[in-house]
Amino acid sequence: MNTQLSEAPVREAATNGPGPAIRLATLPAGGAAPTVDAAPEYVVELRDVSCYYGAFRAVRNVDIKVAKNAITALIGPSGCGKSTLLRTINRMNDLVPSYRSEGQIMLDGQDLFAKEVDPVAVRRRVGMVFQKPNPFPKTIWENVAFGPKVNGYKGNLNELVETSLRRAALWDDVKDKLKQSGMSLSGGQQQRLCIARTIAVNPEVILMDEPCSALDPRSTLQIEELMAELKREYTIVIVTHNMQQAARASDTTVFMTMGEDRAGFVVEQGPTAQIFTNPRNQLTEDYVSGRFG
Amino acid sequence: MTTAARPLTRHRPLSERIIEVLLFLSAAVGVVTTLGIVAVLVFETLDFFVVVSPIDFFTGTFWSASILPRAWGVLALVSGTVLVAAIALVIAVPLGLLAAVFLADYASPRVRTVVKPILETIAGIPTIVLGFFAVNFISPQLLIPLLGRNNIGGFSALAGGIVVGLLITPLIASISEDSMRAVPRGMREGAYAMGATRFEVVRKVVFPAAISGIMASIILAMSRAIGETMAVLLAVGAKPQFTIDPTESVQTMTAFIAAISLGETAQGSIEFKSLFAVGLTLFGMTLVLNLISGWVVRKYRTAY
Repeated sequence: MNTQLSEAPVREAATNGPGPAIRLATLPAGGAAPTVDAAPEYVVELRDVSCYYGAFRAVRNVDIKVAKNAITALIGPSGCGKSTLLRTINRMNDLVPSYRSEGQIMLDGQDLFAKEVDPVAVRRRVGMVFQKPNPFPKTIWENVAFGPKVNGYKGNLNELVETSLRRAALWDDVKDKLKQSGMSLSGGQQQRLCIARTIAVNPEVILMDEPCSALDPRSTLQIEELMAELKREYTIVIVTHNMQQAARASDTTVFMTMGEDRAGFVVEQGPTAQIFTNPRNQLTEDYVSGRFG
Repeated sequence: MTTAARPLTRHRPLSERIIEVLLFLSAAVGVVTTLGIVAVLVFETLDFFVVVSPIDFFTGTFWSASILPRAWGVLALVSGTVLVAAIALVIAVPLGLLAAVFLADYASPRVRTVVKPILETIAGIPTIVLGFFAVNFISPQLLIPLLGRNNIGGFSALAGGIVVGLLITPLIASISEDSMRAVPRGMREGAYAMGATRFEVVRKVVFPAAISGIMASIILAMSRAIGETMAVLLAVGAKPQFTIDPTESVQTMTAFIAAISLGETAQGSIEFKSLFAVGLTLFGMTLVLNLISGWVVRKYRTAY
């Protein structure tokens, strides 16, 4: 059932493009401009992915295609496995002792679950921004330089730090205090620092796990504007509880919920405008119209 | 009933006042005791310094309290203490920190719940038992076969340093592990998410973030090593001498105090008074270490 639900809307996305999202968006139209009108290129493909914590199945049989240079939003009620699924894409959940997953996640045609794949190498190509801003207790400069350093970056670190901070729209705020602790910044600035830190490693995909849930509306808007800017170069997958955010900021929306067995699954996915205005599934409609969750 | 009927004046039942006094007295016991100890130490030491010049005491390197000619150079005892503590730290710091890193970031929860209590049990072994272990195992079974009978005797600073090292390893491991575990998971994840390996995460994120607790644990362990008595009393012998040779038998300040105060030293004699001078010196050293420890914790504390 999931497969059918997930395949059809994606094909439609090809014809519609992310265009209709603009209609919903409160953003300046320039930022959210569609990048491609041709058939989207998929960077990440989840094929029949299931996630387990010990004997408990948290996510079952998920198929998702993540389009390149677009923002894909994962929405759904609490506990439906959105974060688990997101943290599976960069193999972050490998750090949880009882965790294991099944299926395939293809990144540029390579299966991330394959035996010979090193999770450390995966995370260098699939970056992540967390729910709570988590800068290191180091200087702003060192926070950004950390990733490139552990990745053996050979170029000019000062330049890279500046570029990354500029792309994260933080440079003007911090250029005079690069030696101050990253923790001295405000919540929104900290989150942009974490984004700068992630960009500095130059990943192909950036995963964002409710990146605005700890921020005030002004900072939230800044992050959303930043995301619209970043998708020109990166592919973004964002988990959000905030449906307005998904509607405003994303191109594609994936709606998940959980079944009787508490395992999360994908109900419907498609262009954001369609999911919010014309969902095919009753569950989706109930959720986006606020009757559930 | 209207609100105006309820009085706004002070009303404290007797039980409230009694408990306040009791709590204050309990807190006061510790303070009064400390002040009393310091007063006695200072008073007796001043008495000692009437006979022996403080300059000779603090700069002399020969110590002979009971055998004539007497000499009161406390540096002989200080060097024994520092030597034993240094050896102990050389052993305990790497061992303790590696154990802490293992427990905090490498061990599975199941391993940790088994290993940590066992490690902490070592700290609970009566130190006299460890001293006995040094005399009957470390020296004859380990050090003498290893270094040769001509190079090391049955009592040595090395044997004492090793047991004290074993004694303070759990202290360093336990406190350091607590402070490493207090580093939020999010901070570790942030580093992992950028492609850091586990060792990089430990070395570049967890360790620096936990540094205040780690430093405090080391200084606390140092203070403990300097104050340790029974194990060194047995292990290092009773030969006060100014040396940095770990194979020599030495005498530490604490061991001297224990040895002399248990003997038939006459109260009011010069040996008796020297105990207080040595005690005050020891007290000063550990006090300074504790103050440094407090300062380090405040200076390097990271708010997460």
